Amino acid sequence: MSIHSERKIFGRLQVVLPFLVAGCAGRQSALDPAGQEAAEVYHLSVVMVIGGGIIWLTVIGLLTHACRRRRSAWSEEGAGRLIAWGGVAFPVIVLFALLVYTVWLMPSIRPWLGRAVAEPDRIQVIGEQFWWRVRYPAEEGLAGFETANEIRLPVGERVVFSLRADDVIHSFWIPSLGGKMDMIPGRTNVLSLLPTKTGVFRAPCAEFCGVSHAYMAFSVVVMERNAFDDWRRKQASGNRPEGSKGERLFTHHGCVGCHSVRGTTPIAGLGPDLTHFADRSTVGAGTLANTRKNIERFIRDPSAIKPGAKMPAFDMVPPGDIAAISGYLAGLR
Amino acid sequence: MRLIPKEIESLWTLFTAPTIWAVHFLVCYVLVAVYCEKAAAAGFTFAQMRLVLVLITLLALAGIALSAWLAWRQWGFGSGDPPHDAPTQEDRLLFQGFATLLLSGLSFVSVVFVAVPLFFIETCQP
Repeated sequence: MSIHSERKIFGRLQVVLPFLVAGCAGRQSALDPAGQEAAEVYHLSVVMVIGGGIIWLTVIGLLTHACRRRRSAWSEEGAGRLIAWGGVAFPVIVLFALLVYTVWLMPSIRPWLGRAVAEPDRIQVIGEQFWWRVRYPAEEGLAGFETANEIRLPVGERVVFSLRADDVIHSFWIPSLGGKMDMIPGRTNVLSLLPTKTGVFRAPCAEFCGVSHAYMAFSVVVMERNAFDDWRRKQASGNRPEGSKGERLFTHHGCVGCHSVRGTTPIAGLGPDLTHFADRSTVGAGTLANTRKNIERFIRDPSAIKPGAKMPAFDMVPPGDIAAISGYLAGLR
Repeated sequence: MRLIPKEIESLWTLFTAPTIWAVHFLVCYVLVAVYCEKAAAAGFTFAQMRLVLVLITLLALAGIALSAWLAWRQWGFGSGDPPHDAPTQEDRLLFQGFATLLLSGLSFVSVVFVAVPLFFIETCQP
């Protein structure tokens, strides 16, 4: 290969590589762990990839050796020895070592202490088509509360989730924090995670649950304990009635039949809770950025954005009213 | 007179080792599952049950080793080379002995693999 063509390939690699590697980092990557369990999974993956790479290179090396032009025949005894060592002893030893390693790793990948925490002290997450209902337990004099499509956690503290589903099977997965766990109607699964870095992460539904499965995600905000306490206090106390036009229209057009804004409207549990909605980063469970324009689009025709969404279209509501309601929601801090 | 005849013309000897493997697998999983469900009512500890399972594993391995030795003997201790594909009574027996020996090896390794978690799992998941 000439120096010229080598340079050309190297140059192309320099262009392509950043795009390939970009997929490894970010808000939704098991290769960029921000939790203890995710770090263990990452560690296991690295060991497996390196081990697999060595075995692949050995097999390709043998294949190249077998394909070379000037070759002499192996004796039957020699070939039998190669098969016995390479085909029987080697795989048995490697598989045994991998089995021992993964079984040894199991308790740290999926800690068992989850069920030791009583049900009322766990964060409950319920998968619904196509959003996430989240219930925080009462804690240190603060009331428990319900929120949706966003989970906030204190960094460096172990949290335990109770996972359920109301309609079909969903799967709870925060790639940056740990492995996934299914949410099965009629069952309560328990998952324990320990976030180790602050940040905002994305968690997609990991089990096909219907037409809008790909639009079902939630955000996870890992914060320092003080900031978490402030957020918790704010959530527990709800919003204050502001008497705005948007707030009145929110009730007038029947939004309160399904959605709650705690502190201002009667409690309705059919759709996602919208208390402090403006603090969330997305609209429609991870589908759109939380902007006033996107809230308007969603109210007008949710199924155009999220096919199969249970919320009906409100395109009969005058555009001015929709704008006022979205303005109200965008201001719910 | 031999306790176990040297040549048994039955396919059952072929299945002995895999059957031990299957039974061992079932016993391990069923015993742990039932114990952990009814641990409160059981009169013994998890550690004692683990010890019983280790003994059952050793028994299973001994059974497979015996099956392997009998197969090796039937194969004439490796006196002839495979594939033993002549349409004769002798080749049929040698082939069966050789196949049983290989299956015994597979079953032995499998029983060891199935038993690995016994050394790491110290308690039922609460």
